[in-house]
Amino acid sequence: MGAGHQRQLYRPGDTLVHRLPPQCKLLAVACFAVVVVATPREAFWAFGVHVLLLAVVAAVARVPPAFVLRRMVIELPFVVFAVALPVIGLGARVEVLGMSLSAEGLWAAWNILAKATLGVVASVLLAATTEPRAMLQGARRLRLPPLLVQIAMFMLRYMDVILDEMRRMRIARESRGFAGRDLRHLPVLAKSAGALFIRSYERGERVHLAMLSRGYTGTMPVIHEGGASAGDWATAVLLPVAALVTAALSWSLS
Amino acid sequence: MTASPQPPPSLRVGELAYAYPDGTQALFGVDLTIGAGERVALLGPNGAGKTTLVMHLNGILTAGHGTVEVAGLPVRKDTLPEIRRRVGLVFQDPDDQLFMPTVREDVAFGPANLGVRGAELEHRVREALDQVGLPEVIDRPPHHLSFGQRRRVAVATVLAMRPEILVLDEPSSNLDPASRRELAEVLRSLEVTVLMVTHDLPYALELCERSLILSGGVIAADGPTHEILADGDLLAAHRLELPYGYVVTDRRR
Amino acid sequence: MHVPDGFFNAPVSVAAGAFAATGLGVCLRGARRELDDRTAPMAGLVAAFIFAVQMLNFPVAAGTSGHLLGGTLAAVLVGPYTAVLCVSVVLLVQGFFFADGGLTALGVNITLMAIVTTVVGWTVFRLIVRAAPRGRSVVPIAAFFGAAVSVPVASLAFTALFWIGGTAPIDVSSVAVTMGGVHVLIGLGEGLITALTVSSVLAVRPDLVYGARGLTAPLLLRTPGGTTEVATGPAPRPHRSARPLLAGGALVAVVLAGVVSFYASSSPDGLEKVAADKGLNTHEASHPLGESPLAGYGVKGVGSERLAVGLAGVAGVGITVLAGGAIFYAVRRRGRSADEAHA
Repeated sequence: MGAGHQRQLYRPGDTLVHRLPPQCKLLAVACFAVVVVATPREAFWAFGVHVLLLAVVAAVARVPPAFVLRRMVIELPFVVFAVALPVIGLGARVEVLGMSLSAEGLWAAWNILAKATLGVVASVLLAATTEPRAMLQGARRLRLPPLLVQIAMFMLRYMDVILDEMRRMRIARESRGFAGRDLRHLPVLAKSAGALFIRSYERGERVHLAMLSRGYTGTMPVIHEGGASAGDWATAVLLPVAALVTAALSWSLS
Repeated sequence: MTASPQPPPSLRVGELAYAYPDGTQALFGVDLTIGAGERVALLGPNGAGKTTLVMHLNGILTAGHGTVEVAGLPVRKDTLPEIRRRVGLVFQDPDDQLFMPTVREDVAFGPANLGVRGAELEHRVREALDQVGLPEVIDRPPHHLSFGQRRRVAVATVLAMRPEILVLDEPSSNLDPASRRELAEVLRSLEVTVLMVTHDLPYALELCERSLILSGGVIAADGPTHEILADGDLLAAHRLELPYGYVVTDRRR
Repeated sequence: MHVPDGFFNAPVSVAAGAFAATGLGVCLRGARRELDDRTAPMAGLVAAFIFAVQMLNFPVAAGTSGHLLGGTLAAVLVGPYTAVLCVSVVLLVQGFFFADGGLTALGVNITLMAIVTTVVGWTVFRLIVRAAPRGRSVVPIAAFFGAAVSVPVASLAFTALFWIGGTAPIDVSSVAVTMGGVHVLIGLGEGLITALTVSSVLAVRPDLVYGARGLTAPLLLRTPGGTTEVATGPAPRPHRSARPLLAGGALVAVVLAGVVSFYASSSPDGLEKVAADKGLNTHEASHPLGESPLAGYGVKGVGSERLAVGLAGVAGVGITVLAGGAIFYAVRRRGRSADEAHA
């Protein structure tokens, strides 16, 4: 994996979800994901409620279902794995449509598919309604290590620049008749990677100089402190709390 | 070319010599003075030490020998924060300079490092963007701007620090003719002292009254731009060339 | 492979998260030592580089292609602490900004792909560099082994986590064989491209290769009189700061190669036990490696089944190293003769 997500997920909008402070959304989605993972797999109805919750969020945020579905492609390799599980799984066998499948494997496949899908959809909704830089601000306000947030900030800023450089190098290679097909072409690709590293590193040095030139002394200035109000938090926790209630019910019922 | 004692010249460099840690010596005693409000071009072939000199002006490199003074303040370790406020360095590649997620944050980065906050910070940001004629891009991410816009925003990022002297490294490189003209208009409209490092001779002629030639690590010539550019032998001696078909006549004759 | 939500149970996810957070904390402090106030921009750019290079697909074998994980590459180029940070940031960004990899699985993903690969790769790299005579030529070779070993070890770590808290009912030893087998191949690709990339950087900007610091010949100064003297430059950066990391890496490698595979066979399910009682993991014969002596990670003729699997784990890592070495030397020799042909 790793390929194919050059385009960012953010969809500009002005909905309740878009307007929520990023730190609230980040925490809400993280908690939601934890609750989903902790939901027992036997409680089908609970997963139905989780899906419903996300559907409500998507509707409020005006994120069309097709958009979410397209972004779920990222999950595909694990879908393949999950489908294989009942076949290769161990334990007692059950007959389904004439095939002998592992009962335990069926449960596991369902468990992974359901939870991974809910996780991906929640992440897609978060990324679709939160601008990348807002996400960084949110992370900082959640007291994540500032250095980590800054590294992510620089990475996001220069990702496109470096991908562009990589694309130009590929075009340069291909316009001279190169096509990476087998092992013998590795050295060429590696030289490109090496050149890309040198360019990235030297750009890093220049960026650092540019920062020094504007008075950087080792800490990034915190410019706007857009805090979240109690109301924002109350809105944001609706999702994980509703999910938690669902999960708690399913625990007590099972 | 002596500056009047009051106010102090924007930039005074005396006997500046520097060798890189690997032993390569790049500067061999540079002397130059730039008065307040002047627009000066620093011309020189590749490898003449232009970038090395520029790095000394705001203390990124510290002199091996000699002095650098900005508006009377010597570049020393303890004066660095003030020096970096006074010297606005615009790098050649605007992507190096615009490292923040949005134009607003990028322009605010310098003044915020100086401790400016709140309404004053917002005012500075808007003022700087107005000066470069791009008030509308304030909330855009830098990488969504055109190259010419990025170069102008890069100028704004240092203008927001209200510098004494603006130092531009190859400001016209990679610009299309329209962006080139727009940047020239911006630079002409500014009231700060400008030192422009370039080998784009027509651009120097267009914008700067006075030019210096840095060659072999020393100032090889210093005079009115049109005189220097009219002296074909001088230019040839320092690997400088006017574009084909471009003739500068010395106005003295 | 970015593990999604639901793959591991909650306790393992939380424990891995805590481990990853601790590791990141250590690396944040360590990276400051490697890069001082340049950390944020430099690590950010290197992270962007890793992100880009992960998209660079390289052909592994007929028809299939893999991509770099980059942990060892980053460690050799910019130092182990910064490398862990960079790869972790890549994973965090992929998780939060691209919905790639589950949020609850972030701990697992960071632990495996950032911490284990980097620490193991760097450890192997340093051990080889230290054992070899001084000189830069050893750097790409050491980088190859570091990367080639790091990938299968990470897959063993995955297996170990899976054994502890996986949600799928698959026999652990078959997970180990499948993951291990595939990742030995991927590791070879990772090793090759890491070594070649490192050597291409070494050729142009040797000063940038963190792992090659202190391996350069001293500078010579020529005076106008024609005499030459040895420059007394600043002492090369000591590698002392990485020592705890080295020790930790060695520990992780040993634990994973030996102990984990030792226990990996103690799968609680009945079928496995029956098979073991009959003397051999007969049902493993269906695996591609079924006929080889390492089938099912059990060595034939060794009394204790657990011990056998443990030995197989160690042997597997050893074979990776040897096979990788052979391929690497072959490629290198071909490259050298090609160079000579050009000259």
